[in-house]
Amino acid sequence: METIGKYFIFLGSLFVNRESFKTYFKLTIDECVSIGIGSIFLVALVSFFIGAVTTIQTAYNLVSPLIPNYVISLVVRDMTILELAPTIIAVIYAGKVGSSMASGLGTMRISEQIDALQVMGINSASYLVLPKILGSVLMYPMLVIIAGLLSIVGGYLAGLMTDVITPTQYIYGIRFEFNEYTVTFALIKSFVFAFLVASISSFKGYYTTGGALEVGRASTSAVTQSVIAILLADYLLAQLLL
Amino acid sequence: MIRIENIHKSFEDKQILRGISGTFEKGKPNLIIGSSGTGKSVLLKCIVGLIPPDEGLVYFDDKEFTHANRDVKTEVRREIGMLFQGGALFDSKTVEQNVMFPLDVLTKMPKGEKLDRVNFCLERVGLAGQNHKMPSEISGGMKKRVGIARAIVNNSQYLFCDEPNSGLDPQTSILIDDLIMEITEEYNITTIVVTHDMNSVLGIGENIMFLYKGKKLWEGNKNDLMNTGVKEFDEFVFANKVMQKLKHL
Ligand SMILES: Nc1ncnc2c1ncn2[C@@H]1O[C@H](COP(=O)(O)OP(=O)(O)OP(=O)(O)O)[C@@H](O)[C@H]1O
Ligand SMILES: [Mg+2]
Repeated sequence: METIGKYFIFLGSLFVNRESFKTYFKLTIDECVSIGIGSIFLVALVSFFIGAVTTIQTAYNLVSPLIPNYVISLVVRDMTILELAPTIIAVIYAGKVGSSMASGLGTMRISEQIDALQVMGINSASYLVLPKILGSVLMYPMLVIIAGLLSIVGGYLAGLMTDVITPTQYIYGIRFEFNEYTVTFALIKSFVFAFLVASISSFKGYYTTGGALEVGRASTSAVTQSVIAILLADYLLAQLLL
Repeated sequence: MIRIENIHKSFEDKQILRGISGTFEKGKPNLIIGSSGTGKSVLLKCIVGLIPPDEGLVYFDDKEFTHANRDVKTEVRREIGMLFQGGALFDSKTVEQNVMFPLDVLTKMPKGEKLDRVNFCLERVGLAGQNHKMPSEISGGMKKRVGIARAIVNNSQYLFCDEPNSGLDPQTSILIDDLIMEITEEYNITTIVVTHDMNSVLGIGENIMFLYKGKKLWEGNKNDLMNTGVKEFDEFVFANKVMQKLKHL
């Protein structure tokens, strides 16, 4: 409970006594580049295979001749857009980006770099963390869009290679009764997850005390707590918005 | 001038500082000495406001700092240059970017002027031409010197150095001490140096404060340290073989 209170005070402190817009702009672009480049490959790889595997497994489960084949790609579409792309990728994102944010800030803390900023009269929390949160909120939805697309492509190729569904059927299923709101919902989720991962991981890293061992701990606990927050938020959002 | 009054600080139940008062004058180096773990770094951080003291007041030229509002604090902090015990260089920035950083955030100097100032400071710490190295590519002593360059680059009114010459060879060490002395006298600034290096004490110890288990046990000039009559101080000073020999001369 105390930690949660401290977390909100931390969030509040990001918005007082800030530096110039130009400073943040440059830092945010740097963060975007490092977040985007750092995670695109893993995200692409994972989402491609998720799509492929979902196709094959759905086909395996739908044995009844009464159900038309295009249902396979319809299931793939709804599952990846609604859940797999935003949520599963968020867990991976927490492991990759969250842990590196926490360990980066933790290292800056224990090597007194944060103190050095503070002594110069800079609001170190805002200077270091705000660009990370902004970068994350800007980049993660894009990663989710790419992930959604690649899952569908992955499913298509898997269908083609294993002959469980023909390309025409697959495309038909993808377009069948498509509800655009699922995409909106996925994007809302991804904004929320991106904010949670970046802010929780930064919080953990920023308040590291001790030495290299504690930096490792902060980074592990950043991942664990981000994942818990993601799952809780996922549940709440599904209840609220679906 | 910096004045502190009755500074107390505990971590959990461990009392680190137990009521320290003193005055640090302008224009000459002020030393805080004492053995490892007595709270020297903690005192320094209390003074610059990185650690809030539990009790006590800090005055920067008659501006009370610990309870000041954010604007006053920011104003004072922009006049502070600090060298941290481990250097605290930003490890994603080059040497040049590190030294230039205070100028980037605290001033509106044009780029060329900033670069001139950075090169001037790097030269003063004996690191001319190392501009584009990363902190991970330079030695511990070099990091310290970059840290000093960063602390003096903004011509601050107050200079704090936490063990500026630990980990340096005796020659470089003296160079750094002389540099601190020169800057302090030349710009008439208030300098506080934390050290446990006896060479520095003998070299630049114009005003020495001796801490022992969180208390100030002795204060004075380097010329008086032979006969202080303070047992703990003697133990600290004459732990060094050379100093023992000096005493028996
Ligand atoms: N943030 C902190 N939380 C808890 N204890 C601390 C903290 N900072 C320092 N201490 C404790 O305060 C004591 C004094 O530490 P300090 O770093 O001031 O020593 P020092 O005099 O600078 O020693 P050295 O010469 O080795 O640098 C130590 O026992 C240390 O464990
Ligand atoms: Mg220390």
